[in-house]
Amino acid sequence: MMDAGRSHWAIGFSRMRRNRGAAAGAIIVLLFIAASALAPWLTDDDPIQVQFDQRFAPPSVRHPLGTDSFGRDLFSRVLYGGRLSLSVGLIAIVISDAIGIPLGLISGYRGGRFDDVMMRLVDLWLAFPGLLVAIAIVAVLGPGLQNVMIAIGIGGIPGLVRLVRGNVLSVREQEFVDAARATGGGDAHIVRAHIFPNVLAPIVVLTTLRLAGAILSGVGLSFLGLGAQPPSPEWGAIVAEGRAYLREAWWVSTLPGVAIFMTVIGFNLLGDGLRDAFDPRLR
Amino acid sequence: MLRYVARRLLHLIPVLLGISFLVFLLVHLVPGDPVRVMLADAGSPEQVERMRRQLGLDRPIHVQYASFVVRAVQGDFGRSIHTRRPVAQEVAFRIPYTVRMAVAATLVAVALGVVLGAIAAMHHQSALDYGTMVVALAGVSLPNFWLGLVLILVFSLHLRWLPPAGADSWLHLILPAVTLGTSSSAIIARLTRSSMLEVLRQDYIRTARAKGVGPRRLVYRHALKNAMIPVVSIVGMQFASLLGGAVIVETVFGWPGIGRLAVDAIFTRDIPVIQAVVLVAAVIFVFMNLLVDLLYGLLDPRIRYG
Repeated sequence: MMDAGRSHWAIGFSRMRRNRGAAAGAIIVLLFIAASALAPWLTDDDPIQVQFDQRFAPPSVRHPLGTDSFGRDLFSRVLYGGRLSLSVGLIAIVISDAIGIPLGLISGYRGGRFDDVMMRLVDLWLAFPGLLVAIAIVAVLGPGLQNVMIAIGIGGIPGLVRLVRGNVLSVREQEFVDAARATGGGDAHIVRAHIFPNVLAPIVVLTTLRLAGAILSGVGLSFLGLGAQPPSPEWGAIVAEGRAYLREAWWVSTLPGVAIFMTVIGFNLLGDGLRDAFDPRLR
Repeated sequence: MLRYVARRLLHLIPVLLGISFLVFLLVHLVPGDPVRVMLADAGSPEQVERMRRQLGLDRPIHVQYASFVVRAVQGDFGRSIHTRRPVAQEVAFRIPYTVRMAVAATLVAVALGVVLGAIAAMHHQSALDYGTMVVALAGVSLPNFWLGLVLILVFSLHLRWLPPAGADSWLHLILPAVTLGTSSSAIIARLTRSSMLEVLRQDYIRTARAKGVGPRRLVYRHALKNAMIPVVSIVGMQFASLLGGAVIVETVFGWPGIGRLAVDAIFTRDIPVIQAVVLVAAVIFVFMNLLVDLLYGLLDPRIRYG
């Protein structure tokens, strides 16, 4: 069993290496993560410190992305902002994975009434357009970055439950599960040791693709003013701040937006590559 | 067919009840005392009590829910806490704007997506195919608020071709529709391509080709209709997700739709307005799905309604 599992991953990784899109995606993603993590070493400018004498400086060698209406260096704000925007996506995904994966495993493995009720709830939940769910949750909890993570995380649960459950249903009927049961394995052990490792691939693929979506939702909500609050250098908030000055300082909104676009493209390329390598059925 | 429609409508009742229950719960999920939150802790004890009575929060929860459903069916969502106007009036005024934008965005998405997807499939594994798919990947990765601002910068501020904001004429609709429709068009392009490739491999296409049907006629007359079957379902789902995306695009373009209404309501913690917007959007979504299922039958006679 372990050998078969390892070879599945090994085959996947060797397929990944041949996929140029996936490699490009991985490089882009790593580049943005590294740039945000190393922000203090990459720039001397404070992302929050106001410098009115530097207001609206266009892009130059000194300020590669220009400065904003408070004279703050946008390059520095984008670097530090990456920490916030990437974390929002990541934490939101961790929240939905932590709840959605166990629910999907239990629902698929146990079947019966629990599964019926769970699927009804999932259908109901999916009747609400994604971003509106997040907005409704932020409306209830109040604006703020933490609540945005919770809102996006909760919004991602039903889709994940459905995916995990579907995969569990096909794995559950396989012979090695019967064998594990025949040798006296308990339900919890079977789910943990036999079912979960075999549904991990589609989960990893979907998680990468969902990360792109979660980052987009996070910056979108911050753009609306529902997430990060000024002077926080979150990507969506930076773009929103520049909106009022689009005519006199086009760079304030447009250049930081490129960072969002590139990051999301990176995750999408990586996700597509993972999908082709590990789970071609999802195509 | 009529019996099928009737049965599907009947099945909608529990779904709609479930949706209404979740929406009803929103007000009870507010941490702390929802009335104090909505009054921003500013009201006198009498005001708090009056509002609690007005919202019916002093009654048992099942009575509250029953009254919520009965009133919602009659189109009564209470009054906005902020403007004091009936919520239904406000929503009814704004829905046509959002629907107009979502329909226009869907048209953009379908036109662009189907054409790009079909071109990519017809030139499978050529530079044109790869180029189209790169464009599609970029399309799904674009933050729509940023795309909207870039379009305003280019087409409104520099070229002065289109208005940057407002909703007075159809000219005002172009930029928001393109902004909102772009990511859906990318999704539709990918699906059209793969669905088309699938269809082009089928025997009846080979037969048609053997009988001397030209490539253009082959695609438009024979392949496209069958390739569209999975696309129809995604278009329906995309329309619903556009209702969510409209929230952001309406803010960018100052479009007076329900999305903008919802965002404004969040800042004033106007929960009745949020409830109405979310409920209306979910109901539109549910009916869209029904419509898609019915359309399926028209496109694919193999699907029988039992």
